[in-house]
Amino acid sequence: MPTPVLEFDEVRKRFAPDRLVLDGLRLEVLPGETVALVGPSGCGKTTALKLANRLLEPDGGVVRVFGRPAAEQEPVALRRRIGFVIQEGGLFPHWTVRENVEAVPRLLGWTPERRRERSDAMLATVGLPAGAFAPRRPASLSGGERQRVGVARALAAAPSLVLMDEPFGALDPIARREMQKEFLAWRTRWDAAVLLVTHDLGEAFRLADRVAVMASGRIRQVGPPDTLRREPADAFVREFVSEFLA
Amino acid sequence: MSGLSRFLWERRDEILALTGEHLVLVAVSAAIATAIGVPLGVALTRRPGLARPVLGFANTVQAIPSLALFGFLIPVPVLGGIGARTAIVALVVYSLLPILRNTHAGILSVEPAVVEAADGIGMTRGERLRLVELPLAFPIVLAGIRVAVVVGVGLATIAAAIGAGGLGVLIYRGVATADHRLILAGALPAAALALALDFLLGLVARRWGPRR
Repeated sequence: MPTPVLEFDEVRKRFAPDRLVLDGLRLEVLPGETVALVGPSGCGKTTALKLANRLLEPDGGVVRVFGRPAAEQEPVALRRRIGFVIQEGGLFPHWTVRENVEAVPRLLGWTPERRRERSDAMLATVGLPAGAFAPRRPASLSGGERQRVGVARALAAAPSLVLMDEPFGALDPIARREMQKEFLAWRTRWDAAVLLVTHDLGEAFRLADRVAVMASGRIRQVGPPDTLRREPADAFVREFVSEFLA
Repeated sequence: MSGLSRFLWERRDEILALTGEHLVLVAVSAAIATAIGVPLGVALTRRPGLARPVLGFANTVQAIPSLALFGFLIPVPVLGGIGARTAIVALVVYSLLPILRNTHAGILSVEPAVVEAADGIGMTRGERLRLVELPLAFPIVLAGIRVAVVVGVGLATIAAAIGAGGLGVLIYRGVATADHRLILAGALPAAALALALDFLLGLVARRWGPRR
């Protein structure tokens, strides 16, 4: 079995003495696969995601990224190697679309020519031709366009791991569906592993190779969508999944 | 030409020289207040526990009547005495609060999602401040500097009371001799200076402010 790109090994995280958010989380994300982390709000899925790029630190257990404990890797350098997409894209409102896409390459000190070449290619991939979109600012874009820029920014430096936290959460259902279709098309061209946090089980089932159902800080079941449908591990997973199937 | 116009025209050299002194008092004190207030305002956003006491203290200092503050400073060694230096110290004290408060508020006004994105893509704290937070806070910081400058132009007229020069010289002389033309000879250019500086800083805000 290949070394996981991201691995949670008995991870615990506590926000207050009486608020245990992650209680022995175990999960692996293998190279190139999309793993969706789903569960009711407050189940700890966003917390888990933020442990991967050290926006948060665990209170117990080990988070391994690229085969090494995250705690041994310098946070800034680590984050530049990991793509990061949040709701609405979290774009920098005072920067143009191009400047946003080139953010990480710029932090990494790429030459302007290389950055430009890369941002042209990324914008083309997400369906925003550079000629029309590169000079625009986020406020002039639709929600779907902003989200595309967010994805282009996350992938600009060709990371082998991408973290996505409710990436399409701010979109209306039609735009959301459209982005999901495009995401699947992009996935055939990008070999990055993706950890996708979503509260939308339908989205998880459509986009992920494996779905991890979380409840109160633990993974209840992880497996391909079909397995979760056919063989739910317990009553919670059965009910959670049936809500989507209904 | 009316009486007042002729009166002002005959004293144009003196008015111009005092306007220059006035401008120097305001510009130097605003520059020092910015150099102190912006970094301090940023620091307070990193230490939320200190924000309330420090802003509260700055508020209290601001509440000291200005003439009294000028007076208090006269016997203070190094900072005090008679003349422009003391006036600048007092003006810095008054200019500091709007700049400090607006810098603090400006940095805190940056959307949490944008700050999270800056951290998440791997900006250092310095890069986040320089590339994201300060540019986005710039209009609010500059609004604070504008308030400080406009208030400073008015306050600087009082500096004449401790021999710091400026347009207050004409106003004090006018008050002492009950000559309202002299008062106006100081007050009109001071008002014009305040409006002109406010206008200029407005241009700066439009020219260099972040576009969205």
